[in-house]
Amino acid sequence: MISFLARRIFAALPVMFLVALIAFSLLYFAPGDPAAVIAGDMAQPADIAAIRETIGLNQPFHVRLGIFLWNTFRGDLGISIFSHKPVTALIAQRLEPTLSLAVLTIIISIAVAVPLGTLAAWRARGLIDRIAMAIGILGFSVPVFVIAYLMIWFLSVKLAWFPVQGYTPLATNWSGWFYNLILPALSLSTVYIALITRITRASVIEVLSQDYIRTARSKGLSEHVVLLRHALRNAAVPIATIVGIGVALLMGGVVVTETVFAIPGLGRLLVDAILQRDYPVIQGVLILLSAIYVAVNLLVDISYAIFDPRIRN
Amino acid sequence: MTVILETTPSRYALWHRFVHQNLSVVVGGVLLLSVILIALVGPIIYSVDPNAISPLRRLKPPSTLYWFGTDALGRDLFARVIAGGRISLLVGVSVSVLSLACGILLGLVSGFFRSVDAIMSRVLEAFMAIPAVLLAIALMALTTASVGNVIIALTISEIPRVTRLMRSVVFTLRGQPFVEAAIASGAPIHHVLFRHILPNTLAPLIVQGTFICGSAIIVESILSFIGAGTPSSIPTWGNIIADGRTFFQIYPHMIFFPAVFLSITVLSINLIGDGLRDYLDPRMSRNM
Repeated sequence: MISFLARRIFAALPVMFLVALIAFSLLYFAPGDPAAVIAGDMAQPADIAAIRETIGLNQPFHVRLGIFLWNTFRGDLGISIFSHKPVTALIAQRLEPTLSLAVLTIIISIAVAVPLGTLAAWRARGLIDRIAMAIGILGFSVPVFVIAYLMIWFLSVKLAWFPVQGYTPLATNWSGWFYNLILPALSLSTVYIALITRITRASVIEVLSQDYIRTARSKGLSEHVVLLRHALRNAAVPIATIVGIGVALLMGGVVVTETVFAIPGLGRLLVDAILQRDYPVIQGVLILLSAIYVAVNLLVDISYAIFDPRIRN
Repeated sequence: MTVILETTPSRYALWHRFVHQNLSVVVGGVLLLSVILIALVGPIIYSVDPNAISPLRRLKPPSTLYWFGTDALGRDLFARVIAGGRISLLVGVSVSVLSLACGILLGLVSGFFRSVDAIMSRVLEAFMAIPAVLLAIALMALTTASVGNVIIALTISEIPRVTRLMRSVVFTLRGQPFVEAAIASGAPIHHVLFRHILPNTLAPLIVQGTFICGSAIIVESILSFIGAGTPSSIPTWGNIIADGRTFFQIYPHMIFFPAVFLSITVLSINLIGDGLRDYLDPRMSRNM
C-alpha cells in the first residue's frame, strides 16, 4: 500500500512540473513588457530598465524558469500587474465562493446521477432509462450559461423564488449562502450529471451481466441488495474515475457560471485578469486549478486502492 | 394458391427500417442540415447587415418586421444569429478536422514507438491536467482576438485527447497478427502505419471527431461570452448572448434566440455522434 501511494504521488510530480512549465511559458511569451506596465504611464525609460533589472526580466529563460519554479514551490505566485497585490492573496480572497460552488455541484451531481444511472441500468430500455439517456445527451449539448439563464428567467425573474445573482459568504449567513448558490450549482451540475449518469449506467449494465450477479439473484437476495451491494459496488471504480476526470469540466464551467451569477470567485478573477492581460494572475489561477485537478485525481486513484485491493499491485 | 418464397422489401420498408434503427443519426442529421442551410443560405436571402446600427429601432421585441427583435444598438438579431451560425460551424468543423489530423499523427507515432511514447505520455498528461476550457482561455490571452486564433487555441486543447485515444487504439492493433505479419514480411514502417493501422482506427476517431465538433462550438461560445474569444464586433452566438446579458431580465429574446440555435446545433451534432458510435462500434452501443 505504501509503495502504491509513493508510486502514484511520484507520477504526479512530473505532471505538475510540466503544468508549471506551460504556465511559465505563457508569461514568458506574452506580448507586452511587464516592467513598463508596472512602471506606469509617467515612467522614464531609465525607470523601466531599473524595474526590468529588479524583477529579473533581463535574465535568460532557464534562470527565470528556475526562479519561477522555486517561487511557485514556496507558494509565491508573483505580483499582480494591475492591483500590485500578491497573486496568492488575490486567490485566497476568491477561494471560498469557488470551492463552495464546486463542492455543492459535486454533491448535487452525485446525488442525482448515481441513483439515476443505476436505475436506468437496472431496467435498461425502460422509461427511466430513456429519461436518463435524454439527460445524458442534453446535458452535453446545452451550454452551462444557457441553462443558467433559463433557470434565472423561470425561477428568479418569473417566480422570484431565488436571487438573480450575488454571493453571501458562509461566515455571514449560511442560509443566504445556500440560497445564493443553489441556482449556480444546479446549472453547473447539468453537464456533470450527464457525464456521471452515462458512466454509471454503462458500468452497472456491464456488472449486471456478470456471473456473480446471477449467483446473488439465484440464492434469493432481494433486488436492492443485488443492485447496491453487488452491482453498484463493483461499478464504483469507473464512477469514481469519471467524477475525478469531470472536475476538469467543472472548472471550465465555474468560470462561466461565476460570470453569469456575478459570484466573486476564482473564475471571475481569471476572466478579469484576461480582460486586463494580467499575466501573473492568469498564471497563478491556472497553476492552482490544475494542481487541484491533479490532486483530486490522485485522491480518486488512492481511494480505489483502499476500496479495491486488486488495484494495489 | 401462390406461395411467395422470397420477397424483396419495398423501398419504403427499407427506408422505414433504416430510420428506425438509426433514429438518432436521422434526427440529428435533419436538425444539423437545417442549421447548415440557415447559416449558409440565410444571409443571402435575408440580406440585412448584422452589424448595422440604428438608434431608431433599439430593443424591439420579436415582430413580423424583426423576426428575432433587435438589440441595444438596434442591430437586427435574426441577421446576427444566422451570421453567428456560420462562425460556429466554421469553428466546429475546423477544430475537429485539425485536431484529428494532428492527434492521429502524434498518436500513431506514440502508439507504435515505445521510446517516443514514454516522453509523449508525460507531456500529454500535463496538457490534460489543465482543464481544456482554461487552456484555451490562457492561449487566447496570449494572442489577439480573432476567429483563426480561437480555432488554433481550441485545436491545441483538443489534441491531447485525440492523441490519447489514437494511441490506445494503435496499442491494441500493433499486437494483432495482421500487423505482425506486415512487419515480418518486411513492409516499411510508413506502410505499416498508414496502410495497415490507420484504416482500422478510423471508426472510433470519426465518432470522437463529431464530439469534438460539438464541444468546440460550446467552448467557442464560452470564450466569446466571457470576452476572451472572437472580437465583439463579429456576431457569434457567444458574443450575442454576452451583449444581451445586461438587458436579459426585460428583453429575454436577446439571449433566447442565439441560445436555442446554439443548443440545437450542438444537440444535433451529439445525436449524430451517438448514432455513429452505435453503428460503428456495436460493442459499445450495448452499454452507452
